[in-house]
Amino acid sequence: MLEVRNLTKRYGDIAAVRDISFSATQGQILGFLGPNGAGKTTTMRILTGFLPATSGTAKVAGFDVFTESAEVRRRIGYLPENPPLYTEMTAESYLRFVARIKGMARNTIEDAVDRVIETCGLESVRRRLLGQLSKGYRQRAGLAQALIHDPPVLVLDEPTIGLDPIQIREIRALVQKLAGERTIILSTHILPEVSQICEKVVIINEGQVVLEQDMASLKASGTLEDVFLRVIAKAHDANHAHTVEASVV
Amino acid sequence: MRNIFTIAGREIRSYFVSPIAYVVLTGFLLLGGWFFFNLLARFNMLLTIYSAQQNPQVLERLNLNEFVVAPLLHNLSIILVILVPVITMRSLAEEKKAGTYELLLTSPLHIWEIVLGKFLGAFLFIAIMVATTGVYALILVFYGNPEPGVILAGYFGLLLLATSFVAIGLLTSSVTENQIIAAVSCLVTLLLLYIIAWPADSAGETMGAILKYMSLTEHFAQMVKGVIDTKDLVYFGTVIVLALFLTHRSVESIRWR
Repeated sequence: MLEVRNLTKRYGDIAAVRDISFSATQGQILGFLGPNGAGKTTTMRILTGFLPATSGTAKVAGFDVFTESAEVRRRIGYLPENPPLYTEMTAESYLRFVARIKGMARNTIEDAVDRVIETCGLESVRRRLLGQLSKGYRQRAGLAQALIHDPPVLVLDEPTIGLDPIQIREIRALVQKLAGERTIILSTHILPEVSQICEKVVIINEGQVVLEQDMASLKASGTLEDVFLRVIAKAHDANHAHTVEASVV
Repeated sequence: MRNIFTIAGREIRSYFVSPIAYVVLTGFLLLGGWFFFNLLARFNMLLTIYSAQQNPQVLERLNLNEFVVAPLLHNLSIILVILVPVITMRSLAEEKKAGTYELLLTSPLHIWEIVLGKFLGAFLFIAIMVATTGVYALILVFYGNPEPGVILAGYFGLLLLATSFVAIGLLTSSVTENQIIAAVSCLVTLLLLYIIAWPADSAGETMGAILKYMSLTEHFAQMVKGVIDTKDLVYFGTVIVLALFLTHRSVESIRWR
């Protein structure tokens, strides 16, 4: 469903993402973890066709992200870190607009809008301006936007950032509900959330994959938090040793 | 095609829900009305003076087209130089800032659909702006006897001029996420194109001709006189297409980096 192979993204001399590979099967929720600045957002932007990669390939739903970008974009729902909302629009008209630019057939749009408004719990604010909504509702509107065309792949970049504990729980429940047939990539810093809902975990650090493991087998070797801290520390040591070596040479 | 209209429709609606549209429209009409009133008052004064002097030759040459409509259109064109950047500065810069740029670029849209949609939205707004000043022309036609053909040619020129401004504004808005930078660089570009022919007379024959050809004002002035020449249409067409092409490249450039 989703396959990333040797993906590298450079900005000049700096590599934001170095030679990363991972995959997810249909219906899987993949927890995409890593410290800030590890390259999570860059990877997600490449997968959604927003940014090109310097080298490597990625396939989403069987289509190549670079050569069949339009096909991929039709099949992917993306919630960026800041929900991409037009603050001067109402929730309803915004979702209608997104449905249209996602290329949905005219006669299916109204049903789709009603469906995502219900799924994301936006009924009470459907006629309110997005700019007046609380953070929680904005996040839901962002999620509704990603879901409107019923994509087989969902990319969620920190969907729970800045939300209160109750809202975090709601979003988590929503993501779980959405899984089913869909493949979901979820980036987050809230590790218990990942252990609860993700079937697979990919941890990246300084642009490199340091762990790719199924949740079940990971749980055998300790809590996710322990594993996370351990692999990050190990990667840090390795990189550090490498630089020392390089400076000696 | 449908996507272009979707984006243009959203764009024009967003103009009218923000106060910018009303401030710009009001300012434009206020200044336009002031110019119109003063030009008409001056025309009236000249008419009274020359009638009193019983000078039929001069009276013959006093006409509404040359003394009211032409200077009015020129004045309006200068106001557009200042106001169009304010209208277009948001179009792409704000999308980048608000993050909705990511939504547009990760949707199955062609880049030219985004660019043309944005262009069409801003163009419609400017067209409404220019059309509202048509009321001055209607007053003249109703109460006086100007030549309607010349007025129409002049208004067509004003619309073409404004459309070129919009295309340039879209370009400057596409290169930055800061609306102020977008507006200022658009304003500077437009002003430069406006006055670029100033040294034409002393710049030597070839250089002078080139400067004159580049000047927006020269081509616009022809149309205000009532002359619709292919040469001028080609000029405006070139400016618009070139600016839109560069906007397309600028939006696309995120895919090269």
